Amino acid sequence: MSTPALAMRGGTEPGVAATRPKRKRHPGRIAAQVFMIGATVLWLIPMVFAFYVALRPFAETKKYGYVSLPHHLSFDNFVNAWTQSNMLQYFLNSAWITIPGVILTLFLASCVAFVVTRFSTRLNIALLIIFTAGNLLPQQVIITPLYRLYLMIPVPHFISESGLLYNSIAGLIVVNVAFQVGFCVFVLSNYFKTIPAEIYEAARVDGASIWTQYWRLTIPMSRPALGALGTLLTTWIYNDFFWAITLISTGNRRPITSALADLQGEFIANQNLIAAAALLAAVPTLLVFIVLQKQFVAGLTLGATKG
Amino acid sequence: MSASTDSLPSTPRIKRRRRIRSLSKREKIVVALMLGVPLLADILFVWGPALASVLLSFTNWNGIHGLHAATCKPPPTPAILNNGCWYGFQNYHQAATVYPEFWPAVWHNLIWLAVFMFIATPLGMLFAVIIDRGIRGSRIYQSVLFMPVMLSLALIGIIWEFIYSSNYGLINTVLGRTSGSGLIDWLGNPKLNLWAVLVEGSWRQAGYVMVLYLAGLKSVDGSLKEAAVLDGLNEWQKFWRVVFPVMKPINVVVLVVTVIESLRAFDLVYITNKGHNGLELLSVLVTNNIVGEVHRIGFGSALGVVLLVISLVPITIFLYQTFHRERRA
Repeated sequence: MSTPALAMRGGTEPGVAATRPKRKRHPGRIAAQVFMIGATVLWLIPMVFAFYVALRPFAETKKYGYVSLPHHLSFDNFVNAWTQSNMLQYFLNSAWITIPGVILTLFLASCVAFVVTRFSTRLNIALLIIFTAGNLLPQQVIITPLYRLYLMIPVPHFISESGLLYNSIAGLIVVNVAFQVGFCVFVLSNYFKTIPAEIYEAARVDGASIWTQYWRLTIPMSRPALGALGTLLTTWIYNDFFWAITLISTGNRRPITSALADLQGEFIANQNLIAAAALLAAVPTLLVFIVLQKQFVAGLTLGATKG
Repeated sequence: MSASTDSLPSTPRIKRRRRIRSLSKREKIVVALMLGVPLLADILFVWGPALASVLLSFTNWNGIHGLHAATCKPPPTPAILNNGCWYGFQNYHQAATVYPEFWPAVWHNLIWLAVFMFIATPLGMLFAVIIDRGIRGSRIYQSVLFMPVMLSLALIGIIWEFIYSSNYGLINTVLGRTSGSGLIDWLGNPKLNLWAVLVEGSWRQAGYVMVLYLAGLKSVDGSLKEAAVLDGLNEWQKFWRVVFPVMKPINVVVLVVTVIESLRAFDLVYITNKGHNGLELLSVLVTNNIVGEVHRIGFGSALGVVLLVISLVPITIFLYQTFHRERRA
């Protein structure tokens, strides 16, 4: 990386090519740096700018515009966005949907992946296709009948206040799980295939049941994949907007991401509050971004690099 | 992770997989449950509705009262008597001929797809290629460019409003057009707002494509690249003639992601203006028929089926590339 810029120019001569091509420097490298710095700055602007707006009082930006030097910076908007709205409720709703949703999805998907990788049934590929393709459908393809279905399925009142899957947290968990299981089955079945069959044979000789093989062997051995998928699912389910907009009609049952649409209407007279509210909603995903970014990328690419 | 699993050969194992028949009755029940419960959920809440969409699209139904097999009566009949009946292709016919938002929505979806495919995807690929070469600071670049992928689209729509705001926003302030006749209404003007929203969408999509290609580039055999250089190919030729073709699986994944994301596009336009006035998309039209005041289940389903038919193209390509080799094995 610290090779002087002039040392190796023009990498096409075979002599140079024989050395590691990664280390060579030429004008293209400078252009690449300039391009990447420009892109990175452009990519940061929307977030940083929204944060800057959120730090300033509404009266000030109304007078001077968003692009002006600050007279007063504070976290007041964040405090007000939190106290003047139902945000705590929205966050709790998100937690109630996301946590069971992720656990259930991983559990169900790993069950399917385990069965299709451990047993040779003629239906294996058909099953994988059903699950994988189901996850690729645009949500809008299924929403109209799903909406009717949700109005038809009764749910005990201690689970859903509405007495139906429609307009209930349980309903959102169900649709998120049913939809995401497909992707996870696909990824996990690819992963499980790499577990050597000998391990299972040994376990079987020791008298381990199918369930024990799944729960004591496959699951512990797949922790990296499950962790990566879990991170990905947490973000995806937390970020879901469409299901919550269409299948929840009562504002205070909405999770935070879709509640942003309501908050936007509530705070319409104070855009700076909206910026603060939106950034508060981003805190969980930004935490995942900072702490678990590698896991997230691994989950995303685990599905892509196979096949 | 992917690299280590890729290197393990998987072919001999398939033969060693057990047969269901060899299991005890109790074990069979366990296997049936492990497979049956998720399958039931998938069929009941994903495939069932998808097929129901197709059936419902041939009916005229407002969702109240039952469905029946009788054919709908011709036009002079009051709508209330024509409910829940068999409508043939009328919903599709109406969508294509008298529903004013249909063709603009189709057109907007196509523009969306084109921008994702010809701007966001190449941009993401370029980011990946540059980062993959390990230039100084590439880890920071990768993190920053990837950040929007983690954010919800609803949130992205909101934070960009401060960039686009016509009176106070960043762009208009820089351009000096925050008032009077020079004011540019980026998100309100139906000639501009789709493009403005597509910038937001590409801001996220490019990062998504970037990580996919980064994974793809890592899986390309280094000796292949070196051989290409020995053959006297320059960087450009090396990428397009050697690296790009080898990444075919990733290319298909990116293609599928691009098409599906373009068809799914909803959140950004819905948070911006509920998908009206220049931001109509097929997804929004479907949704309007159930979250609006008038429920036109048959008509909404027909619009959904249009999306279904288009999406089956990339889905089939993906399934073919993924599973045809396994079928042979």
